[in-house]
Amino acid sequence: MKVRQATPVTSELADISTLARFDGEVICEPPNNKLDKFGGTLYWKENKFPLSNQNMLLRGCVLRNTEWCFGLVVFAGPDTKLMQNSGRTKFKRTSIDRLMNTLVLWIFGFLVCMGVILAIGNAIWEHEVGVCFQIYLPWDEGVHSAVFSGFLSFWSYIIILNTVVPISLYVSVEVIRLGHSYFINWDKKMYCAKRRTPAEARTTTLNEELGQVEYIFSDKTGTLTQNIMVFSKCSVNGHSYGDVQDVLGHNVELGERPEPVDFSFNPLADPGFQFWDPSLLEAVQLGDPHVHEFFRLLSLCHTVMSEEKSEGELYYKAQSPDEGALVTAARNFGFVFRSRTPKTITVHELGRAITYQLLAILDFNNIRKRMSVIVRSPEGKIRLYCKGADTILLERLHPSNQDLTNVTTDHLNEYAGEGLRTLVLACKDLEESYYEDWAERLRRASGAPEAREDRLARLYDEVERDMTLLGATAIEDKLQQGVPETIAILTLANIKIWVLTGDKQAPGSPCAETAVNIGYSCKMLTDDMTEVFVVTGHTVLEVREELRKAREKMMDGSRSMGNGFSYQEKLSSSKLTSVLEAIAGEYALVINGHSLAHALEADMEVEFLETACACKAVICCRVTPLQKAQVVELVKKYKKAVTLAIGDGANDVSMIKTAHIGVGISGQEGIQAVLASDYSFSQFKFLQRLLLVHGRWSYLRMCKFLCYFFYKNFAFTMVHFWFGFFCGFSAQTVYDQYFITLYNIVYTSLPVLAMGVFDQDVPEQRSMEYPKLYEPGQLNLLFNKREFFICIAQGIYTSVLMFFIPYGVFADATRDDGAQLADYQSFAVTVATSLVIVVSVQIGLDTGFWTAINHFFIWGSLAAYFAILFAMHSDGLFQMFPNQFRFVGNAQNTLAQPTVWLTIALTTVVCIMPVVAFRFLKLDLKPELSDTVRYTQLVRKKQKPQHRCARRGGCGGGSRRSGYAFSHQEGFGELIMSGKNMRLSSLALSGFTARPGAAWIETLRRKKGGESSPDTAAKG
Amino acid sequence: MKNKKSSAPQEAETRPSRCPDNSAFKQQKLPAWKPQLTAASVLSTFFLTGAFCLSVGVSLIVAAKSVREIQVDYSDKCSHCSKLRENSSNWNSECLCSINITLAEDMLGDVFMYYGLQNFYQNHRRYALSRSDEQLLGRNVDVQNSYCAPFATYQNGTPMAPCGAIANSMFNDTIDLFYNFNSSVIQVPLLKTGNSWWTDKNVKFRNPESHNLSAAFAGTARPPYWHKAVYLLDEEDEKNNGYINDDFIIWMRVSAFATFRNLYRRISRKGQFTDGLPAGNYTFHISYNFPVSKFKGKKYVILSTMVWSGGSNPFLGIAYLGASQWIVQLVFILRSQW
Repeated sequence: MKVRQATPVTSELADISTLARFDGEVICEPPNNKLDKFGGTLYWKENKFPLSNQNMLLRGCVLRNTEWCFGLVVFAGPDTKLMQNSGRTKFKRTSIDRLMNTLVLWIFGFLVCMGVILAIGNAIWEHEVGVCFQIYLPWDEGVHSAVFSGFLSFWSYIIILNTVVPISLYVSVEVIRLGHSYFINWDKKMYCAKRRTPAEARTTTLNEELGQVEYIFSDKTGTLTQNIMVFSKCSVNGHSYGDVQDVLGHNVELGERPEPVDFSFNPLADPGFQFWDPSLLEAVQLGDPHVHEFFRLLSLCHTVMSEEKSEGELYYKAQSPDEGALVTAARNFGFVFRSRTPKTITVHELGRAITYQLLAILDFNNIRKRMSVIVRSPEGKIRLYCKGADTILLERLHPSNQDLTNVTTDHLNEYAGEGLRTLVLACKDLEESYYEDWAERLRRASGAPEAREDRLARLYDEVERDMTLLGATAIEDKLQQGVPETIAILTLANIKIWVLTGDKQAPGSPCAETAVNIGYSCKMLTDDMTEVFVVTGHTVLEVREELRKAREKMMDGSRSMGNGFSYQEKLSSSKLTSVLEAIAGEYALVINGHSLAHALEADMEVEFLETACACKAVICCRVTPLQKAQVVELVKKYKKAVTLAIGDGANDVSMIKTAHIGVGISGQEGIQAVLASDYSFSQFKFLQRLLLVHGRWSYLRMCKFLCYFFYKNFAFTMVHFWFGFFCGFSAQTVYDQYFITLYNIVYTSLPVLAMGVFDQDVPEQRSMEYPKLYEPGQLNLLFNKREFFICIAQGIYTSVLMFFIPYGVFADATRDDGAQLADYQSFAVTVATSLVIVVSVQIGLDTGFWTAINHFFIWGSLAAYFAILFAMHSDGLFQMFPNQFRFVGNAQNTLAQPTVWLTIALTTVVCIMPVVAFRFLKLDLKPELSDTVRYTQLVRKKQKPQHRCARRGGCGGGSRRSGYAFSHQEGFGELIMSGKNMRLSSLALSGFTARPGAAWIETLRRKKGGESSPDTAAKG
Repeated sequence: MKNKKSSAPQEAETRPSRCPDNSAFKQQKLPAWKPQLTAASVLSTFFLTGAFCLSVGVSLIVAAKSVREIQVDYSDKCSHCSKLRENSSNWNSECLCSINITLAEDMLGDVFMYYGLQNFYQNHRRYALSRSDEQLLGRNVDVQNSYCAPFATYQNGTPMAPCGAIANSMFNDTIDLFYNFNSSVIQVPLLKTGNSWWTDKNVKFRNPESHNLSAAFAGTARPPYWHKAVYLLDEEDEKNNGYINDDFIIWMRVSAFATFRNLYRRISRKGQFTDGLPAGNYTFHISYNFPVSKFKGKKYVILSTMVWSGGSNPFLGIAYLGASQWIVQLVFILRSQW
């Protein structure tokens, strides 16, 4: 949520009649895509009023906490920031699709080559032989030369051999993909019961690419995290609360936890709040003064507004979820923030209503990284309560606190290690006289015309000193379910995950810290990482320097660790990329939005990419939607890897559209990302199933399917080519015309479709247990040009045997009853039958998962072949269409011959045996991981899953990392103290809080001022 | 309260529609057989296949070896006739040719006489297409619309019966076999029927219906290369005349390759030839009508006995032996790797 406010001058125009008289003029910046910046000036009544991003509502925002507002449209249509950020929509194809197109073109070229060879053969034959044979077979009318005959024969052969170009391939591929999409839609394990949304494959064309993903670009809020802050742990007076008894800590599933703490004693408790450590409540109830003071601070030092619709039903309107979580925690532990006025705060402390006088709010900002309140208790004591970043606050404590500080610091380390967002709490008693003096100075400073900020900062600084440490809080930025596990597994599957967090964090938040925190909590960053580089440079030179330093460090590290090995490699391969890929040690890169803008410039993008790709984890924060798309585009452009973008909000749309595969999280954030996505589901954790199970299978099936498909078409068609050399290149087909028609449609299509839809090499659980099984897809091992040529070679080999074995047998052979055996029709039936049997046996070998459907299709295809064969060769059909069914009686006469069956058997054996031997040798000598897994499955040797258990036991020494993160924003304190909002609305904040990109719906209301506004843009 | 009650079942109704069914099919959990190439199964398969190939190969070779076959190239031996036929203006002049052969051994069992043609492209697409099966079925068809051209009709419009290049080029030599026994010459009795497939003779080829055959073919003319009309192919045997003449049927079953042999006659096993052809001297008397030298072809006459696997072609047996050899090698390779 973000705070947006009208400029003071226009906020007065609350009714329509005054609004109608508004005749201001806005001059502003030209349309751009920067979501966090706006510069403009309002000219009204001969006055200039500055307009900033604070006064803007962007297209796609949804108003929260505000019933209505009037606005002036500054940009419309394609000029809006949202539209400026939307990338081009491109038609997505999979790499296999592209490869397939290339291959089909090659095959087409091959077809033309064959046509040319046979046409030349025909010309020569007609010239040498056909010319003499004219007494029995005169040339067709109009054919006067052998060359022309060759030309005609070329086209005849193009027609006959066109089956080598797999036209039905495209249809079959689509059918298979459709099947896979349905499996995704049907998957119960990707169904979120809570939101009642099943996974949805919104496109059916990208499935197999899910098995090849190398880079995942993930949004953070809403995707990795739930955008819910939960008060998870705290440290009070050197005692840490919040640990759950029976477990190591963080990744305990909800079900395994003991009962949460019972807050029923407190009528004002928020029922949604859960805490697992009863000792903290005991401490409150025992009256531990430290704990009381701790929660008192939490209930006083904040900028939350409360709303009490009916007695006891409190609603907090927090500007940041962090604050909401803290105040709610205090509320449940008996320190209920009840209401506030500009000058007072009413708190129910363990049932007693106490009203504190609010003397000052020392507001939060990014530099101070802390906020304080100064209150006067009913007893008259003046106290300063302060909460803030540990790095800042620990330096401002009174030296006497040293012991406690050390203990608390340990706790903070622990919390930070778990990825919790920490705040340190401290307080200080103020002397009445000192306060009076200070307040007087403050009054003067705030009235000062210039350098007001500086003077205020100095005053704040002065009072926030020598404080007493109360403790620390740890807030959990609630991850979506199963996020760390998913990321761990995906990382093991060699998928690189880049987190691109958008602008959704409140603009004041120190984004790098939040992102780093999330990185730790979802196991992207670990303490055993050699180094985490943070790039925050504001200029090109700074960024370049930082990137260069990072690279140098990585290089040094690898050199010292690899004993110069990689150095040698550098000499040999001179390519920087390869050096960086050979880096030893784990690094991570965190880069800020403004630095990223420089890093993405044309001359630096390669440098940036190399650095980033050498790191195990990359986190980009505060990036604009367009930058997200640019990062994806960059990786796509240079890495030739399959990218997947996952996000939930409107700001992820361009990234989702740009990546090879876009995944939308369907959930609270609206449907915009889902609409742009190719796949959608409601939990990030389903991604592992989508990729490792569905994607892997899809890729595997598609590859097996393609290999077989090309094989069977070549085996089928090339026979004509060989026959051409024996029939005067006359374009005579080997098979009956009906066989040619039905071969691809009836005899061989269904078994391979069944394999393409149902095949499984290893059970789904195994692909989760062995994420390495995913690698063949990334390396594109199962179907590439090499595999294609192997398939083609196998097809040609089969066709050679398919032709020459029957040829050898039939030449000069006779039937057992003395009649001629080698008639054309018998030959055709023999070759066709052996072909159908060979390709059926081959599909049987290829099918690794024989479901009933596979059985039905494979046996059914064979049965259908023989049934159709006998039907086609039956008397009845011949009587009806004698010129069409000329093979009458052939099946029964030919297939009654033992020689024919022996020929078929021999053909099958010599076509299949080498394949079996080759597969077995490969399995034996160079087994793939999937083979091994399959084998162990067979032997029932239960292996321990390779799961990496949580690696971090404790803090791995090294320098202390601050877990501080606080998505808070400056300016609220002032607002509260001024009491302005309370005058306007006792319930809600006057500035409308807005969330960008929640829905596509035009939520902006165009009122009177709206119509004239697009013109004003032109003036800017 | 009422409202709540009514909304609850509605919710229950909508819930299953969103949640995927838990069926084995949809969850991809169908029971399945997962075959695996294991050493035991692969090696035993190879072993069994090898054994099968070996035994089949041996028995095929033994069988092929027992076949007695004699083949005579009579286009070469009767070169005077070949020369004569080269000039098509001599088509009407008869040319007779005798060829002596000697059987060193008896040819026991059924003996078959074939004519063989070399370099005759019966499998040429245009040739193989040039026929009208409907006409051969005795139906009244307009051959002009068939693939028979240019052997469909004469210039005056008379259709050819049978039409097409295949029929026109029908083999029309007559071959008689004489046994020179103790200076007497005995004609070997030959069977000219029963040589074709039953389906061809009874289904695929039918004469047109009429009270007699010549009337049935009235209004048609013989193909240009024929010496006599189709209803005169066998004047002695009504059931072997017209389209259902065995020689014609066999010719019409076109060969798959340019070199082929067609069954011409069977030796009738009676008299001296009850057991087959005894060893001795024989003479073929050939009426040489079919020109082959024009297209550099050759003609053969072949005598052969028959076994279960057909004639003397040893290819299949050798191929099986080769395959078994190869499989044994593969097994050794696999064993050495294993």
